[in-house]
Amino acid sequence: MKTSIIVFPGTNREKDMAMAVETACGQAPELVWHKETNLGKPDLIILPGGFSYGDYLRCGAMAAHSPIMKEVIAHAERGTRILGVCNGFQMLVETRILPGALLKNKTLKFICKHVHLKTETGDNDFTRKLGKDSVIHVPVAHGDGNYFANDEIMKELEGEDRIAFRYCDENGSVSDDTNINGSTQNIAGILNARKTILGMMPHPENATQDWQSNKSGLPLFESILGALP
Amino acid sequence: MKATVHITLKKGVLDPQGKAIGHALHGMGFDEVGDVRQGKVIELDVADGTDEARVKDMCEKLLANPVIEDYEIKIA
Repeated sequence: MKTSIIVFPGTNREKDMAMAVETACGQAPELVWHKETNLGKPDLIILPGGFSYGDYLRCGAMAAHSPIMKEVIAHAERGTRILGVCNGFQMLVETRILPGALLKNKTLKFICKHVHLKTETGDNDFTRKLGKDSVIHVPVAHGDGNYFANDEIMKELEGEDRIAFRYCDENGSVSDDTNINGSTQNIAGILNARKTILGMMPHPENATQDWQSNKSGLPLFESILGALP
Repeated sequence: MKATVHITLKKGVLDPQGKAIGHALHGMGFDEVGDVRQGKVIELDVADGTDEARVKDMCEKLLANPVIEDYEIKIA
């Protein structure tokens, strides 16, 4: 079981992510600097949160062209599991590994708080242990988390059961009131067509430890790490 | 020579910054203002003879995100 966490200049959540991985599977992940060009054979690649390249141009746009990303894209095509959180999700859409885009929050404010997420599908290696319709309570910390998808992309995501999470209230009810950042249909996380890649704005890694507010993010890591050899 | 790229959000993509500017202008009494869209300008010093196709390639690959943005290139 090998997990590689990619670190870019401006990444700041790699240690939170490493802690979550180690808690879930007992094995410490490898931290890989973005200038590397070979990842070996990881079972899981994680693109963590932060502000790579100062969020210049568009969030994740510059990181999407870092040397390591060629290797990440090659792994994506091979079916290696990839998790992108926050800035990592932004990188996945900038590389077009995942569809759509992330725009500035509708409120124009940076949002840093705990939110509830409704798990929309349990039919993949990432959310199996959470299960469809379960609600988790995890932090968000982003200025550009407003997920945009046009009708064509939405049809694809909905038709193929690729919406992983939606912003909701504590009872799992999804409405405009619970849409913190203006995302298309409250979307907080999506999967690729093969369901080998998950991108999400909220931070499940920050709800995995006893000393954190809750551990509702841990089953996500247990799902993915349990599904791998 | 210089290539200038104007980037704006596509029609239909919400531009909250443009909206905020519009609100501010109305608050200041500029009632004639309708819809406001904010974009960005990127100026590139490029080698003589660089053609538009080359700059378009830069736009498609990095400077703009064609999923949400339109761009216009001027070479002078």
